[in-house]
Amino acid sequence: MILAVMYYFGLPNVLGTRVSRAKRYLVRTAWRTIITIDRKGVRQNMDRKKLYPWYFTGGALIIFFLLCFLPGMIGIFYSFTDWNNFTSEVNFVGLKNYKEIFEGNSEYIKYIMNTIVFTIVTTIMKTVVGLALALLLTQKFVKFKTFHRMVIFSPQVMSYLVVGLVFKSMLHPTTGFLNNFLRSIGLDWLAKNWLTDLKLVFPSVMTVDTWKGMGYIMVVIIAGLLSISPDYYEAASIDGASFWQKFRCITLPLLRPIVINVTVLNVTYGLRVFDMIYSLTNGGPGNATGVINTAVYKEFSKGDFAMGTTLSSILFLFVLCLLYFIIKSMENKEVDM
Amino acid sequence: MGNIKRKIFSIIGNVIAIITSLVVMIPLIVLLINSFKSSGEANSMSLKLPEKWMFENYLVVIEQGKLVSSFFNGLLYATCSVLILILVVSAAAFVISRNFKGINKFVYYFIIAGIAMPINNVALMKVMQALHLVNTRYGIVLLYAAINIPLSLFLCYGFIGTIPREIDEAAVIDGCTPFKLFTRIIAPLLKPIISTLFVLNFMAVWNDFTMPLYYLNNSRKWPMTLAVYNFFGAFENSWNLVSADIILTLLPVLIIFILGQKYIVGGVSAGAVKG
Repeated sequence: MILAVMYYFGLPNVLGTRVSRAKRYLVRTAWRTIITIDRKGVRQNMDRKKLYPWYFTGGALIIFFLLCFLPGMIGIFYSFTDWNNFTSEVNFVGLKNYKEIFEGNSEYIKYIMNTIVFTIVTTIMKTVVGLALALLLTQKFVKFKTFHRMVIFSPQVMSYLVVGLVFKSMLHPTTGFLNNFLRSIGLDWLAKNWLTDLKLVFPSVMTVDTWKGMGYIMVVIIAGLLSISPDYYEAASIDGASFWQKFRCITLPLLRPIVINVTVLNVTYGLRVFDMIYSLTNGGPGNATGVINTAVYKEFSKGDFAMGTTLSSILFLFVLCLLYFIIKSMENKEVDM
Repeated sequence: MGNIKRKIFSIIGNVIAIITSLVVMIPLIVLLINSFKSSGEANSMSLKLPEKWMFENYLVVIEQGKLVSSFFNGLLYATCSVLILILVVSAAAFVISRNFKGINKFVYYFIIAGIAMPINNVALMKVMQALHLVNTRYGIVLLYAAINIPLSLFLCYGFIGTIPREIDEAAVIDGCTPFKLFTRIIAPLLKPIISTLFVLNFMAVWNDFTMPLYYLNNSRKWPMTLAVYNFFGAFENSWNLVSADIILTLLPVLIIFILGQKYIVGGVSAGAVKG
């Protein structure tokens, strides 16, 4: 112990650097002994429960419990009732709301399917485009890489609502920029009713969402790419591997945890999408682009609270089933800056 | 041969990069140009520069769109909720990270689950009514703090894990109480993560649109996003004014983005941003 205290006070470094780990260990154990033996009362203070009191978590826990968790639970309870805005009476109706959604060919099934299609397609599009851009913008031959990265990332900081409004004006069939541009270069036949044509509207919405989200995926994947040691590529080059082989056998396997993490986030975003669709099409034309959350808002403004909360609860339960994988994938992430 | 091939690759790569950047920038440039046009000129959106620069468009928008009051509303909501958020989250993350077992472990996973779970806005209305928070400023501030807690806790928890415990021990030997330990010793060390949380959450709140749509029905309390949406509905045919309004709404966020780029990109890569 004396030796350890000597070291702590910077006495001559007798043992050299090789045993520095042992030295550090020695110092640490010495300190612990001093802490626990030499001074009365301190030992009590080192008790974890007292030093890190539980009520420090209280603020976050109460706010989160009241405004996030409780509504979820109450929502599930009310989904078995006929709660609405017109009477103050709330009656228990069993599974009636759920039956109304899943039985026959209701519009609600369409909303649920739309949500799933939106989630799958945008996740794939964003990941593919983001990965391609990340690969491109880490190559040596591309000029102004940082500028490109910044520009492509910038939509990420804009509000979904504003992006929706920007594209609502860009895609306007007669006055919008896109159609004007297509006409001016002689491609009149390509100028379409992007946001009112039943066949085109959903792909348009998903493309706009990709436009906003691709930069985020790109930045995360770039961080992952930069963390891969260049030694691997060098060794592969010496062995005569082609670009494609290097990509398949080095880059992809090492990026896997990041790609999974990003995919999970995209999926949870896609399932909850609201702002983008509300501002671009408001679920229209008809209900061609309606998703669960726009339907919830529609029911809410109609005053049919029970149906709104039932739709919300279905989404809640669906995500709950995926929750284990979501949390696992978040904790496995290997990017850090 | 290899040289030519490489040159072709390099040209193609650069062209693709430039085209992608243009695809992202052009909508914003078109809006900027259109915001200076007269109403008739703006009817056909193009990259053509305006014949006469109409700077007064912006004055009209600021007056008609109630932008000043909604700007300050947004600023108030974002600042207050982020301050509350940082206070409760850093305290919670500190205790959870230092004593990760039993009830703390449960609390951690309980809150972290909120990153993925959707919020039931209809039932939330019921809770807000019971707590008398509907249509009030502090209600929306608390709500914003609540919905951003999970992700912030996740990021903050990860950061506190990197601060050595020996610091706590040294502080305790010098006679620190738990409260002092947190405020005097740990909090100053959290500066980097607090900056990241501040920027990320500020932008998330500033950009949000759902919460005021549900819980604020008084236009005097609207933040900028809702004000611009409303303006869009009323002036749908004056594209020049709408463009100016959108540009003014984008401006604060773009400025924060350029100033706080380091924290945003760092935070994005460290965890996740979904705003």
